[in-house]
Amino acid sequence: MATVVHPARHYLNDGYGISSWLLTRDHKRIALLYLAAVTFFFFVGGAMAVMIRLELATPVGDLVTDETYNKLFTMHGVMMVFFFLIPVIPAVLGNFLVPIMIGAKDLAFPKINLLSWYIYIIGGLFTLYALVAGGVDTGWTFYTPFSTVASTTNVVPTALGIFITGFSSILTGLNFIVTIHRMRAPGMTWFRMPLFLWSTYATSLINVLGTPVIAITVLLVAAERVFHFGFFDPRVGGDPVLFQHLFWFYSHPAVYIMVLPAMGVISELVAAGCRKPVFGYSFVAFASLAIAVLGFLVWGHHMFVAGESVYSALIFSILSFLVAIPSAVKVFNWTATMYKGSVSWETPMLYAYGFIGLFTIGGLTGLFLAAIAVDVHVTDTYFVIAHFHYIMVGGTIMGYLGGLHYWWPKISGRLYNEGLAKLSAGIIFVGFNLTFFPQFVLGYLGMPRRYHAYPPEFQVLNVLSSAGASILGVGYLIPMVYLMWSLRYGRLAGSNPWGAVGLEWTTSSPPPTENFAETPVVTWDPYEYPAADVEGHVA
Amino acid sequence: MAWRVDALYFFLLAISAFFGLLIAGLIVYYAVKFHRRTPDQIGTQIHGGMALEVTWTVIPLMITMVIFVWGASVYFAMARPPDETLNIYVVGKQWMWKFQHLDGQREINELHVPVGRAVKLITTSEDVIHDFFVPAFRMKADVIPGRYVSIWFQPTKPGRYHLFCAEYCGTRHSGMIGEVVVMEPSEYQAWLSGGAPEGSLASTGAKLFADLACNTCHRPDAQGRGPVLEGLFGQTVRLQSGETVTVDEAYVRESILTPSAKITAGFQPIMPTFQGLVTEEQLLALIEYVKSLHGLPQVESR
Repeated sequence: MATVVHPARHYLNDGYGISSWLLTRDHKRIALLYLAAVTFFFFVGGAMAVMIRLELATPVGDLVTDETYNKLFTMHGVMMVFFFLIPVIPAVLGNFLVPIMIGAKDLAFPKINLLSWYIYIIGGLFTLYALVAGGVDTGWTFYTPFSTVASTTNVVPTALGIFITGFSSILTGLNFIVTIHRMRAPGMTWFRMPLFLWSTYATSLINVLGTPVIAITVLLVAAERVFHFGFFDPRVGGDPVLFQHLFWFYSHPAVYIMVLPAMGVISELVAAGCRKPVFGYSFVAFASLAIAVLGFLVWGHHMFVAGESVYSALIFSILSFLVAIPSAVKVFNWTATMYKGSVSWETPMLYAYGFIGLFTIGGLTGLFLAAIAVDVHVTDTYFVIAHFHYIMVGGTIMGYLGGLHYWWPKISGRLYNEGLAKLSAGIIFVGFNLTFFPQFVLGYLGMPRRYHAYPPEFQVLNVLSSAGASILGVGYLIPMVYLMWSLRYGRLAGSNPWGAVGLEWTTSSPPPTENFAETPVVTWDPYEYPAADVEGHVA
Repeated sequence: MAWRVDALYFFLLAISAFFGLLIAGLIVYYAVKFHRRTPDQIGTQIHGGMALEVTWTVIPLMITMVIFVWGASVYFAMARPPDETLNIYVVGKQWMWKFQHLDGQREINELHVPVGRAVKLITTSEDVIHDFFVPAFRMKADVIPGRYVSIWFQPTKPGRYHLFCAEYCGTRHSGMIGEVVVMEPSEYQAWLSGGAPEGSLASTGAKLFADLACNTCHRPDAQGRGPVLEGLFGQTVRLQSGETVTVDEAYVRESILTPSAKITAGFQPIMPTFQGLVTEEQLLALIEYVKSLHGLPQVESR
């Protein structure tokens, strides 16, 4: 490895003071603004999860009242889904990496990129206001007619928060689509793009096409509450189930908004962790697009017990099985990539192993829910809770943390403590499984979700789950400490600490504001080892 | 029915265990066998293989199609009640379950049924969406305001079984629980004769029918201003619009609450709405009364 020197000039020292950050148009600084914001919401949502698990340690409702409990799981869902999971990878890692990975100086619309962040913050403030003003108790799903005629809590401010934040997703999605189409460096053809960009592109399509639907839906809920329209209220001719169609038309694709970017991250981690091309590159790339398209056609599988006709249920069931196939293809390809690789055991790769294992369990249990007869029994129970936490926490958060550890040296220019990082990855893996695996059993045994108190025979499994949650919480706090510590005391990373390929590793760490001294010309395939001989490319 | 759901469940569990262990095993094996030996070692440059891609696309596709057909066929059986059922009405409200037996018994949060008989529940809600969930019977259905959703089960073993509301419905959602009590037929008969002070549900409906003056227009002799109701339930009637509609619970309900929505051909839209005047339970009594009106041989129903 060449001598490691810190670049004299980079995006972090290009301007000081609060306005150099709050008025920045640099995609890398905006990524860090998002990093701070999503981390805040993650710990707010996480604090609510702690309260939920503490309450459920005993079968009777003793720690908080039923009203408070309902608000806790509602705000946990709203914070985590809309303000953490949906933006986290695109807005933090995507913002930082999309221009660098294609050899561009910035996104196509740098000012709109900053605007997206402000919109996200304003939406977040609305939701925080709803929380401080007494909370909301509808569940993150806002099912009507409960949310429109029965709930007496802050539904409208929360709905407006989600409505506003949606514009941030749409603008970021548009920005990425235009950037990937128009700003690729010479020689960076579509099939030379890293797979992270394919999945970011697929995610952006869903964001642009799907988000308007949720925006309209929550607006209808707010309008019905305020003006007593009869969209969903059956007493004035509305249909309460119509809401579920509209809600899931966005919210099922939103699952892919959350997990596709993580899949992109895992492709990068596996390729760099094995120093070889991702097996079946084009299959993995097209699987992302297939998931994005099919993801729009399966919303009805959330409604098998909601008075859906037998024949609609059949259609939604078979389509749900089809959407499982591209996900399975990805898992097989990542696993095959390890074959005859130079397989690393460093932290990012540990997260990749964790992701593949947990996502596999999350995906396979999705088959239970697509099989109508089994879904009837386990839907709306802890089985579903366990399933989607395997996808969103085991999948998305594992992918995010893996990506954060992999690109942290690029973002900060410094290395973190590898021993602590491995330790916390292990703690997270163990804590996660202990938290959520017992919930599959609970669901099969019949424990419904969103229960403040439960029959005593479910206590043992709930105690296991709560114990796991406390381990998981510790696992999430440790990286906060050593990553912050590394900013000041970490060893200098150099431009390519992993010996990886990809344009981001050809520029300095941290990169200069304009990313590259000269626009790179790409003449090599993605994940081509050994690295092509380019200036500054230290392998 | 429960064992059929469980059979598929355990098949899925076996498939999942196989693929989960396969992936986990391969990852651990490759991670150890191909562990990086020297800092600058690179992997063998393999780009992919069509045969493998096709294999791991087609095999999962076939497996999932088997699961689909299996899951759908069990669901079909679950969705279709047999012809002969013991019918019970269920009304969900925040936060209790109300049961109305045809013989007149009413229960709250406890449902008594005889073992071995197919039981059909006709459910509706007074307020928000609830969900009738009996884990032991592998049975769950949303209870939706403004609709009648029918579900059925056939208990095979006497005992007391958990009943949960499985659709979040507000503050005391987790308190909206009860028990299904499955009894030996003789015990059930004893329980039935224990008390039905108000007479059968249909007779309650008949009283209501008179109290609300429905009988001034709906007369059995085809001379009234409204259609004859005798023998009407289950029939198909032609509407003014030219469409036809089958007279079921939902149609009777709609005709009471919003009479002008579907007018029978040959009649004037003169019936007033009873929205707000009758409760969900009174509606059920009226429906049951209409069901009980068998066609009289000398009167032709229109």
